[in-house]
Amino acid sequence: MTSHDAPPTLGLSTGPATSLAYHTGTWRTERPVYVELAPPCSLGCPSGEDIRGWLGSTQEGEAGFETAWRRLVAANPFPAVMGRICYHPCQTACNRTDVDEEVGINAVERFLGDTALERGWPLPAPAASSGRRVLVVGSGPAGLSAAYHVRQLGHEVVVREAAAEPGGMMRYGIPAYRLPRDVLAAEIRRIEDTGVRIECSTPVTSLDDAQAEFDAVVLTVGAGVAHHVDIPAGAASKIVDAIDVLRDVASGHAPLLGRRVAVYGGGNTAMDAARTARRLGASEAVVVYRRTREQMPAHPTELEDAVGEGVRVQWLSTISQVEGQTITIERMELDEDGRPHGTGVFEELDADTVMLAVGQDADLTLLGDVPEVVVADGVVQVDPTTLMTGRDGVFAAGDVSPGSRTATYAIGRGARAAKAVDAWLAARVLPAEPVQREATAERLQPWYYSDAPKQHRAELEAARRVTGFEEVLAGLDAEHAVFEARRCMSCGSCFECDNCFGMCPDDAIKKLGPGMRYEIDYDYCKGCGICAEECPCGAIDMIPEVR
Amino acid sequence: MTTVHIPFLQTGTLAVGGRLLDDAERSVQSHADRPSSLTKGHRACQGCAEALAARWVMDTAVEAADGKLVVANATGCLEVFSTLYPESAWKPPWIHSLFANAAAVATGIAASLHAQGRDDVRVLAQGGDGGTVDIGLAAVSGMFERNDDVLYVCYDNQGYMNTGVQRSSATPASARTATTPAVGRSPGQAFGQGKSMVKIAMAHEIPYVASATVADLRDLEHKVRTAMSIRGARYLHVLVPCPVGWGSSSSQSIALSRAAVQSGIFPVVEARAGELTDVQRIRERADVEEYLRPQARFAHLFKPGGEDALARWRALADANIRRYDLLGERS
Repeated sequence: MTSHDAPPTLGLSTGPATSLAYHTGTWRTERPVYVELAPPCSLGCPSGEDIRGWLGSTQEGEAGFETAWRRLVAANPFPAVMGRICYHPCQTACNRTDVDEEVGINAVERFLGDTALERGWPLPAPAASSGRRVLVVGSGPAGLSAAYHVRQLGHEVVVREAAAEPGGMMRYGIPAYRLPRDVLAAEIRRIEDTGVRIECSTPVTSLDDAQAEFDAVVLTVGAGVAHHVDIPAGAASKIVDAIDVLRDVASGHAPLLGRRVAVYGGGNTAMDAARTARRLGASEAVVVYRRTREQMPAHPTELEDAVGEGVRVQWLSTISQVEGQTITIERMELDEDGRPHGTGVFEELDADTVMLAVGQDADLTLLGDVPEVVVADGVVQVDPTTLMTGRDGVFAAGDVSPGSRTATYAIGRGARAAKAVDAWLAARVLPAEPVQREATAERLQPWYYSDAPKQHRAELEAARRVTGFEEVLAGLDAEHAVFEARRCMSCGSCFECDNCFGMCPDDAIKKLGPGMRYEIDYDYCKGCGICAEECPCGAIDMIPEVR
Repeated sequence: MTTVHIPFLQTGTLAVGGRLLDDAERSVQSHADRPSSLTKGHRACQGCAEALAARWVMDTAVEAADGKLVVANATGCLEVFSTLYPESAWKPPWIHSLFANAAAVATGIAASLHAQGRDDVRVLAQGGDGGTVDIGLAAVSGMFERNDDVLYVCYDNQGYMNTGVQRSSATPASARTATTPAVGRSPGQAFGQGKSMVKIAMAHEIPYVASATVADLRDLEHKVRTAMSIRGARYLHVLVPCPVGWGSSSSQSIALSRAAVQSGIFPVVEARAGELTDVQRIRERADVEEYLRPQARFAHLFKPGGEDALARWRALADANIRRYDLLGERS
């Protein structure tokens, strides 16, 4: 027994003892606990990426790039593609907007995607073979995502595509100035390298035949057929579907549109069509849209880019007639419910070509004689949890099924369908996606995040853009990508800033070492709450003490 | 202050540490093996900023002195809560004598060590505002005047807290204490009273005087390190919110320090030989209300009749901002 442990005796004869003998933890009425909450970026990502996770690895610089990319492709096998074309709802949700500007997540995703292609990193090897065979119908983002994830789970996958090249809307709908074809081809090839077989120019015409050949079928045929509206038009008028023009351009058959082009519609396809028209030589490209800017379905960035390239928008207008090179436009007004109504006021506009971009429908001829598969509102109805159609073993994802018609949503649904197929093949029940607690902005302590504005990707001069189909946005270099990643505030997840450890007045937090985070010593923690208050990322909760 | 700046690595200079920092860039407090000079089990109240500041100061001083540090402590909260007989929460050699004489005891230790040729052993004296600004001022002033080789640290919680929150000459105007109740025409501590210990220390023209808070660890560690690099009399004044005496939530001690600095109420400065050499600029300007409202001792300022006192607080903050150029408008 050392003198430190000696029991106290009376008066000055007592040797010194340490305060460690006294457990101040008994004073506590609330206790701090570390929590792991879902950040708004991931909750807002339809592809279901662990954005905070892969940004965290990117922060480490060169040593972390491959880990970051692997965490990314665990959800989405198309980082180089989506790093270009995604409308990045993650950034809209980002808590950093309260500090300065949102984190440029999309730019970092593209950097990781491009780096992986440059260095030839392969996708993870699939799990051991299950011997089961799955057919994916259609090779758009939903189909290829489903195929990739089904393959990862160990099943054999065949993708059948009606068109000559794989990629669906990524190949035939999105112009090359937004998505260079070599990038798309490389990311598709990498999926094929995992053992996914893609058969092009092979339309699937019978669901029964498909089910006879395969254990499960995933329908991802998309919505590639232009929706039509009736507009009285003279024989000399040139009216085309925007989606067909985009497809022809993508196939190398650029049509002649003339000098003045009108685009009818307000979605992203309308924006792509107008920007494409400018690149094909039209000096005037006018988008005619019947509602207002606030109601426009096109993403604001797409509209800004189009306007930046000289595209004009005629708001609150419908095309009522086309005669020769003259189109008649009726001015609209909104009623209290925000619905547009004609005003009886007409004006004329000259246009060599009218492009229709008023929506797209799914080609469902494949389902001609399958009554159990319910089609409503032009799309195939599925169970919201399993994505299975009315036919046992037939699943649907992407634009052919209900939901947002974006590539990122399609990728997320494709991955979900893969999980559902895997569960169905094993006769397991697929649990619903868990509801996660969000790391809201109110939980954060923004004081600790020094001001560090977003690194803007150098945009090509707007004037240069309309001369051709070269890519509009440049990528980030490694230094800028790391900086941008470090702007992530790690909402709701400890990133080891040492604030709790350094700021505990009672020395009651242990630092466990790199990557191991901290441990609270409840023998001494008095529950003052400073650690929770000063945690930058809101990763500590104070909960009532129950004794 | 411009003297401590680390690169932006998710967090910047204001957080304690960060997983991406090089070891050399880390604060003393971010090291898993820091000295923890004031260890666990001390009886400071929940959220006590004095306990926190004392560990920060002492850990940095212990490192700067290569572990050879002797500490003399005045009577006060810090002494009472750390050394309940027979226990001690202190790891460095530590002595307590009387309320008034910590500076004199430290002077004696320093003189004795010097006589023995042990100048490698450094001496630190510390106390609260009572032991420094009131009861111990004569000894502190003498130590300054003789330029004894001691770093004196005052943890200013603005009152006699462990004896039941009585006023001291560091209690701010209008604050309610047990001896300055919030009643009458001029509730709380009277305006126009009290002392500024930083200005008193500067008037002695000693080699180094600085003020700091628990809202900026890097700044505080830098000032202790600077003070330890100098010989002679040095003075560091640290504002330490007291949840019990101030009537604030225990979780708010750092937030209140931050508000005190960002509103201009507590200027964070550095002075050498009586001359102001550096000032911490306001980063995100806060209104005095952000500092005052969370404290029950100022509750009467936010009731009818409190407008006048509140206006005087704003005037005080504005005067500090002007005097110390806290917004950096003159430079």
